[in-house]
Amino acid sequence: MESVEEVEAAADQMAIEAGLDEDQRFHIAMAVREAAINAVLHGNEYDPTRKIEVTIENTGNDLKIAIADEGRGFDPGKVPDPLAQENLLRGTGRGIFLIRSLMDEVHFRQLHPGTELTLVKHLAPAAGKT
Amino acid sequence: MALAIASREVDGVTVLGLSGRITLGEGSVQLRDAIRDLISKGQKRILLDLGDVNYIDSSGLGELVSAYTTARNQGATLKLLKLTKKVHDLLQLTKLYTVFDIYDDEASAIASFK
Repeated sequence: MESVEEVEAAADQMAIEAGLDEDQRFHIAMAVREAAINAVLHGNEYDPTRKIEVTIENTGNDLKIAIADEGRGFDPGKVPDPLAQENLLRGTGRGIFLIRSLMDEVHFRQLHPGTELTLVKHLAPAAGKT
Repeated sequence: MALAIASREVDGVTVLGLSGRITLGEGSVQLRDAIRDLISKGQKRILLDLGDVNYIDSSGLGELVSAYTTARNQGATLKLLKLTKKVHDLLQLTKLYTVFDIYDDEASAIASFK
């Protein structure tokens, strides 16, 4: 779990440097935390020999965070809808939904082995910039 | 900061004042244990004061839901008090706002159990 905290803190630092407000920082930190937890728990299945790889990039237009695990991969289309009435009282299954809700774009890519999630938050143009 | 839990009784209602984070590996297990302990002692009225909860993740949200269903299955009632903006927004986003009975002030919350 220490790696999750480190990734969350690194993403928050990049969000601060990108000039994002507190709400946006919270959204990014939470989405990154959920993605990192998924990578460690569900992707790598807590196997200490498997690593997660994280890349954080400010392109000027976007803040992009890519998180890759070395697990068996998963199909994001098969994740149950946590907002469906029959799933509302489930204790789990909200992570991917939160990631999608809190970020502007989320991309899934199957690796061999593993899964890479790329989380994107659009940055507002700087004041006075055309 | 991990989760701190302070318990007190008000008119037959156990008020659990939570402060800190309810996340995987931090507050989730503490909250689960606290709820199970209360229910095993026969407490039927539980109010979770979330006014000082500054962070909650999907695991923490799941733990709130589990606390609610555990209480309900044992014939107890669990309600929420004083949501911070972050927790409020997440409960709305996940539609859990429709599941819980939520109050802004303690007197109204306590009265609702009668």
